[in-house]
Amino acid sequence: MKKLITEIEEILNEFSQDQKELIHILHRIQSQYTYILPQAISRISKQLKISESEIYGVLTFYKAFSLEPRGKHLVTVCTGTACHVRGAPMIVDELKRKLDVEVEGTTEDNLFTLETVNCLGACALGPIVVIDGEYHGQMKISEVDKLIEKYKSGSESKSE
Amino acid sequence: MRKGITLEKFEEIRAEILKEREIQRTCITVCGGTGCHAYGCLKVAQAFKDEVERGNLRESVDVRTTGCHGFCERGPIVVLQPEGIFYQRVQTKDIKEIIYETIVNKKIIARLLYVDPKTEEKIIYEKEVPFYKKQERIVFGNNGFIDPTDIKDYIALGGYQSLSKVLFDLTTERVIEEIKASGLRGRGGAGFLTGKKWEVCREVFSDVKYIICNADEGDPGAYMDRSLLEGNPHSVIEGMIIGAYAINASEGFIYVRKEYPLAVKNVTIAINQARRYGLLGESILGSEFHFDIHIVQGAGAFVSGEETALMASIEGRRSFPRQRPPFPAQEGLWGKPTNINNVETWANVPYIIKNGAEWFSAIGTKKSKGTKIFSLVGKINNTGLVEVPMGIKLREIIYDIGGGIKNNKKFKAIQTGGPSGGCIPAEKLDLPIDFETLTKAGSIMGSGGMIVMDEDTCMVDVARYFLEFTQEESCGKCVPCRVGTRQMANILTRITQGKGEEGDIERLKDLAKTVVSSSLCGLGQTAPNPVLTTIQYFRDEYEAHIKEKKCPALVCKDLIVYFIEPEKCVGCLLCLKNCPTGAISGERKEVHVIDQELCIKCGACFDVCPPKVNAVSKITGRKKARILKKTSHQRDK
Repeated sequence: MKKLITEIEEILNEFSQDQKELIHILHRIQSQYTYILPQAISRISKQLKISESEIYGVLTFYKAFSLEPRGKHLVTVCTGTACHVRGAPMIVDELKRKLDVEVEGTTEDNLFTLETVNCLGACALGPIVVIDGEYHGQMKISEVDKLIEKYKSGSESKSE
Repeated sequence: MRKGITLEKFEEIRAEILKEREIQRTCITVCGGTGCHAYGCLKVAQAFKDEVERGNLRESVDVRTTGCHGFCERGPIVVLQPEGIFYQRVQTKDIKEIIYETIVNKKIIARLLYVDPKTEEKIIYEKEVPFYKKQERIVFGNNGFIDPTDIKDYIALGGYQSLSKVLFDLTTERVIEEIKASGLRGRGGAGFLTGKKWEVCREVFSDVKYIICNADEGDPGAYMDRSLLEGNPHSVIEGMIIGAYAINASEGFIYVRKEYPLAVKNVTIAINQARRYGLLGESILGSEFHFDIHIVQGAGAFVSGEETALMASIEGRRSFPRQRPPFPAQEGLWGKPTNINNVETWANVPYIIKNGAEWFSAIGTKKSKGTKIFSLVGKINNTGLVEVPMGIKLREIIYDIGGGIKNNKKFKAIQTGGPSGGCIPAEKLDLPIDFETLTKAGSIMGSGGMIVMDEDTCMVDVARYFLEFTQEESCGKCVPCRVGTRQMANILTRITQGKGEEGDIERLKDLAKTVVSSSLCGLGQTAPNPVLTTIQYFRDEYEAHIKEKKCPALVCKDLIVYFIEPEKCVGCLLCLKNCPTGAISGERKEVHVIDQELCIKCGACFDVCPPKVNAVSKITGRKKARILKKTSHQRDK
């Protein structure tokens, strides 16, 4: 616990004490811990001299920040218009069914978090699913199962 | 840091770079845009580099990962310069052949050439590919030649010459006059005259002024700003420095979407290099002018693209738009005069300064000058970014450049301007495109997204999609937008579920009127456009959904069933194996049947049924009711 707080303080030391740093700080913490830790909010509040409620307001306003830890693999489905007309909603449905989670949800085994994004600008590849930064283009409903299994077995073999 | 680089020193550096490059070498350019990245271009580029090294060819062959070439459909794209030989869908296994056959033996590899689907002719040179032929690539043109992570490439092509001209030969008034005379209008959506905007900001008296580059390209289906930032970041930076000089700003910000990691990376590198070359920071190129640029990453809120909301986000607050006036030019970032332009607008600036206002204003239509980059996506053969002169016809973009509709389907509509835009039907294909004509047709230019829709696209579903989008992205500050878009989305969802009622169309139009006229910012004021245009041009589709509970395009899940046609089914078991709920029954070589009770309409069977067999079909309307009745009857037995 103590170690965590020192870590957070080290991160905060990289930034100045101005409110304009808030979103930069939140990005930094989100990318390091996959979510915004409650302990971080009080530290940020002290450093930037703004209330915790305001920080909470900002972080819940933006989609990029999460208050809960994300799964090991982040599954992002592009639901931009080009992907939409090429069948992205059906891919989302299939992933929801396969992973048994809602959008923004994390599977019970903490392996996958499912999210959607408005547009990745890789429209030639639509519908597109990105897992851990790896792009899987021209997805078909019948390919979803295999794709998820690949990541599942990948993480199993690594943990063995 | 090489401090104190004067103009003379900079020109010496340029001369050195040009001298290094005097010897003509073959340059293998590999497109490094996000699209090609996803196809694995980095591996291809690395394989080229390894092979060049292995074959001891470094003296005669250069490998460069460049910005986006635009033709994302055919990635990974490799162009051999200076000849311009165009290879597409290049894999790592092809690279040896390219090096030893094409570069060493001067033989073309037919298999990697682009085939014109119309004439079936194989095309060798990039400029002859129909996708590029009708384009006029000014802003986007250098993308394919430049390694965005190496400032030398930009300098070698005459980069930052416009900046030195501005700093040493032109007064701030003269710069603004030039931009005004060119007729350049903001490429972010509203189309306000850029020079006029600068002038207003210049005339406000203040000790501190800011400029912002709006790269929060939130419109789904538009990605030209990302490709510019990724592919030619220095053109944007040079434009910004010129703008800052004209209005006398000392600090600038580039606000980029976080969904564009490669753009963030390349711009960061570019800014650092520009600082090292004395182009940013204290006394730029030895002049009296100081200016620097910072990057701010967005955090996934569409409304941040609205200028006042964007400024709130830079200040570290929620992206809430505010009332205007005061306009940002009067009171912007931290209450100081601020000038905001979008990426493509900034990228136009160096070219206008270099070639003159007259040259620029000769391109385009009476009121819309220059070129515009559109992202042509959706049900189109050649997905990609196209830069065309204003005034070109939609038909030319879709059929000549875009190569027509995918799978020979029928064109239904094109959606322009993102969630704030509208759908334009086939009757208007001969519309010359500029700011005014698109507005007149009920849509907008917006940032330049063009989503092509074919006969398999349901227009009610598209309207629902956009309203759900704006409803979700509405910041919630003003009631008409927050509640109005929600109510509209609810009605549209109901209609697509077959629960539409008589009078829904009128209710939608009524709500739209209120939302348009009373919302605080552009997001709400334009949100109903997709609904209004689809009602205007495709009212029959709304009526089919409401009155006959039928989805003519076979998209809306609740209005269709999947059905296996007994006379076509060959009993191959494919659909049966892929059905996630076990709704399909049947034996090998026997007709398969879908149990409609168990079917979740995921579409897997439709997807896997071989095209030759084509036994699974989607059925709507009265026939659907008949099938449902029949299957429930069978079950009862």
